[in-house]
Amino acid sequence: MPQPLLVADALVAGYGQPVVGPLSFAVGPGEVVGLWGANGCGKSTLLRAVAHQARVFDGRLTRRPGLKLAWQRQQPVRLDEMPLDGHEYLRYAQADREAPPARLSPWLDRRIDRLSGGQFQLLAVWAMLGGRADLVLLDEPTNNLDPAGQQTLADILRAEQGARAVLLVSHEHGFLQRACSRVVEVGAG
Amino acid sequence: MTGDTLFLLPFLSGLLVAASLSLLGALLRLREEWLAALGFAHLAGAGGLIGLALHLPVVLGAALGAAAGALLKGLGRLHGNTVYALMMLAGWSATLLMAANSALGSVMGHAMVEGQLYFAGDLHLVAAVALGGVTLAGLRWLMPALVRERLLPGQDAANRLPTRRRHLGFDLLTALGMAVGTATIGLMGAFALVFVPPWLAFRVARRWRQALAISVGFGLAGYTAAFALALVLDQPFGPVLVGLLLTTAGGLSVVSRRLSGA
Repeated sequence: MPQPLLVADALVAGYGQPVVGPLSFAVGPGEVVGLWGANGCGKSTLLRAVAHQARVFDGRLTRRPGLKLAWQRQQPVRLDEMPLDGHEYLRYAQADREAPPARLSPWLDRRIDRLSGGQFQLLAVWAMLGGRADLVLLDEPTNNLDPAGQQTLADILRAEQGARAVLLVSHEHGFLQRACSRVVEVGAG
Repeated sequence: MTGDTLFLLPFLSGLLVAASLSLLGALLRLREEWLAALGFAHLAGAGGLIGLALHLPVVLGAALGAAAGALLKGLGRLHGNTVYALMMLAGWSATLLMAANSALGSVMGHAMVEGQLYFAGDLHLVAAVALGGVTLAGLRWLMPALVRERLLPGQDAANRLPTRRRHLGFDLLTALGMAVGTATIGLMGAFALVFVPPWLAFRVARRWRQALAISVGFGLAGYTAAFALALVLDQPFGPVLVGLLLTTAGGLSVVSRRLSGA
């Protein structure tokens, strides 16, 4: 069995005080793992702990040595004025592992501040997935997506299964069921 | 000094400064840090006059003053507009006090605030050439990471990669640009070259590289036109430059919006 990329063992994480846990889960190579839970249960805090942005109070969080992470925050940065087109956005994100999905192609020649919220969200997710990170962390990637956009995202994530490890959090249980190879419930201990 | 040389040195110095500041301004705007330029410019003004009192060249004193601000910001891990406001207030106070207490300081302080480019000499040209070279080399190293970090923050932190040296490098580059700019074409002229060309470029460009090209091109054109206009009309260079940049950029922005239907 291949070595897991990430193992959380009775992990308790938070900031000034514990927010979430104890929780145990692992992410192996090629797995798309969803963390599901109600709003405010600490899902984003878990991702932030993996990304060294939250404190581990108890338990263990073990990353494979040399693990390279990509982390998309809950709200991707969207400035009022961003004079970059989609090609440049992906280039600066170093998302050059493979060509973007066909659904994104029509938007790549446009300025990214002139895309709709849903179009930009899908582009921002691909900016993470299209790179060379070993493990991609996605925080509520369905934000701004209508049902068609969610379906596109689920298709993209399903295509990643077996090729790329992804750990994503969402409060949309149905979406996680469609997109992930495994779903872990946060708050279930 | 011949008449040709009398105007050639200031013109070339200012031209290099205009290109560098317009380029740096695009990154400052993307990072929403354009106020930093005004903070560094005020410290540069104060540093120039303090240097003068210590018998240092104005451009060297200005560079030291602005660099001190950049180091304080970087090493003190200070962020946001507050630190730039503090720089402006400290620089303004020190500049006026230095100007009020020496005759030469008064003349030079007035020249820096007004923007009397025609005082620029050999040392200003050397500083402008150095600024141009450092800007090109520095941005070649810094730009990809700075843009990436602005658009997709947190990637380096998630991988525990250091970012401090990069931020300090860009702050020092900005400080150097504003120091040479303030000593050469004046405080507000330098700030206008950092602010106005990128403002126009960000409104009309379709791509990042195009935004950089428009910013530098507009900065150079505006500077050249202002240099000629100020000479012909016998007016102080700084206000002519600022007025010309504002009116032209405003006009072009309106035309561009109408043509694009936005």
